[in-house]
Amino acid sequence: MNSPSMQPILEISGLTKRYAGGLLALDNVDLSINRGELFALLGPNGAGKTTLIGAVCGLVRPTSGTIRAFSHDLATDWRSARSRIGLVPQELATDMFEPVERAVSYSRGLFGLAPDKARIEEILRSLSLWDKRNDRIMTLSGGMKRRVLIAKALAHEPDLLFLDEPTAGVDVELRRDMWKLIGAMRERGVTIILTTHYIEEAEEMADRVGIIRKGKILMVDDKAAMVSRLGTTEAHITLAEPLAEIPAQIAMPGVHLDEERRVLSYRGGDGSGKGKAEVAELTKALIRAGIDYTGIDISESSLEDIFVDLLEQREAESVA
Amino acid sequence: MTFFNARSAWSIYKRELVRFLRTAFQSVLSPVLTTSLYFIVFGAAIGGRMPDLGGVNYAAFIIPGLLMLTLLGETTSNSSFGIYMPRFTGTIYELLSAPVGVAETLVGFVGAAMTKSLILASIILATAMLFVDYTIAHPILAILYIMLVAASFSLFGFILGIWADNFEKLGIIPMLILTPLTFLGGTFYSIEMLPDPWGKIALANPIVYLVNGLRWTFYGTSDVAIGISLGLTLGFLTICVAIIAYIFKTGWRLRD
Repeated sequence: MNSPSMQPILEISGLTKRYAGGLLALDNVDLSINRGELFALLGPNGAGKTTLIGAVCGLVRPTSGTIRAFSHDLATDWRSARSRIGLVPQELATDMFEPVERAVSYSRGLFGLAPDKARIEEILRSLSLWDKRNDRIMTLSGGMKRRVLIAKALAHEPDLLFLDEPTAGVDVELRRDMWKLIGAMRERGVTIILTTHYIEEAEEMADRVGIIRKGKILMVDDKAAMVSRLGTTEAHITLAEPLAEIPAQIAMPGVHLDEERRVLSYRGGDGSGKGKAEVAELTKALIRAGIDYTGIDISESSLEDIFVDLLEQREAESVA
Repeated sequence: MTFFNARSAWSIYKRELVRFLRTAFQSVLSPVLTTSLYFIVFGAAIGGRMPDLGGVNYAAFIIPGLLMLTLLGETTSNSSFGIYMPRFTGTIYELLSAPVGVAETLVGFVGAAMTKSLILASIILATAMLFVDYTIAHPILAILYIMLVAASFSLFGFILGIWADNFEKLGIIPMLILTPLTFLGGTFYSIEMLPDPWGKIALANPIVYLVNGLRWTFYGTSDVAIGISLGLTLGFLTICVAIIAYIFKTGWRLRD
């Protein structure tokens, strides 16, 4: 697998987009994407993910800020930059009457490249579309249509590929297929930025994760570092007999009794294993104190928990 | 990096023509039928009772006007739909995200609309031959003038397609402005036949200059000087190019 380098391929600085109606879709966004990495941009609906992609790809004119791709300023040297960027939009937007191969060839020509039947065949085969090359796009299933959009985006052999919600509305099997495809593109050295609602998707594939809310980037970090820094361990120990209160021998930070006094809960740690060690200590302390229990349920927080916690925390802060 | 990518322009041009050919039967049959009906009604039924105009047989006199009538409508519609539909369906993302500027876009879309118009003009002139004998006095100038008008109204249609944010707006200018002005622009009569003050008022109709410009290339005679027709058409073309350049520069309705 190609490892991401620390060399930035895309640098966004102070990017702001305010639409004519007054909506502030992007608010002073700074973001840097490294060559060869797979970056997942997470955020709720209306967070500004698609606007951010649109600003880089030329679909949206930024209100202020700068975007540099491959060291080219997109405001002035957009031809050089755009020729190396591909986009798979969220909507299945393409001429549905066109046959698959012609649609993909058109995309290659539009980006100013000479026709290359061998290359088009290679792309179509890699996406299992070769057998459908003469079919009109309208006759294909939803998943196949999305593959056609990917083929169109790959037709000019981009170095940086944006995938806007690539698995939105597709079934689980197809989603897994799409993940394999994205993985294969990354293997070929394409830098990928994907937006998604499915945190599982980011967890499965991304090197780094960015969280965006109301046009602001709340956090950008390595996925593992984010889980390690913000992740927690949660344990629920079902007691054989209810406790009146937590005895001093087992009292430790993050431990509390539920209202029925039958479940002892722990929440703590940092995603690095510290939480699990503390749960082990807690169980030993229970045994030493002669407190019997009938079950233990332990879980590590996922990226989704971190994402939800972070959004809830910011929501609470903005209300306050 | 080049400032004009011929391959990009060619791709857009080719795709637009393929789109046109998908509905070739309707695109060809419709002007043939319409032109035939005009010749039957105005050429055969009424034309026989009309005197020659400027030394030209009435049925032949109306050919440039009929050509202009179809040309303006079809060119404007083709071009406006050509850019409006990608906006409406969302497929315009591909054009906007490509390294394609105003020059490639115009050469592609407007070039295709012009080609369609020239095909239609040929069909109309061939149909006219079935009904009336005519010869074109300045055939090369006629072709150039048709191309100039087609280019101007393709650009105009392109602006309409960007301006319109619904289908009603898309059709309103061709239906409510262009067609009436063309009918009143000397398609079926010489404005010299109009009583005062209508003759002078007719000169405020820009289509009069287009119809008469084309009529001059056909028969060497018209109600207004060819230089004025040519100047106004070129002026209109320049204004349209300037508006489109402004649209691309600001991203109005494209990159809002």
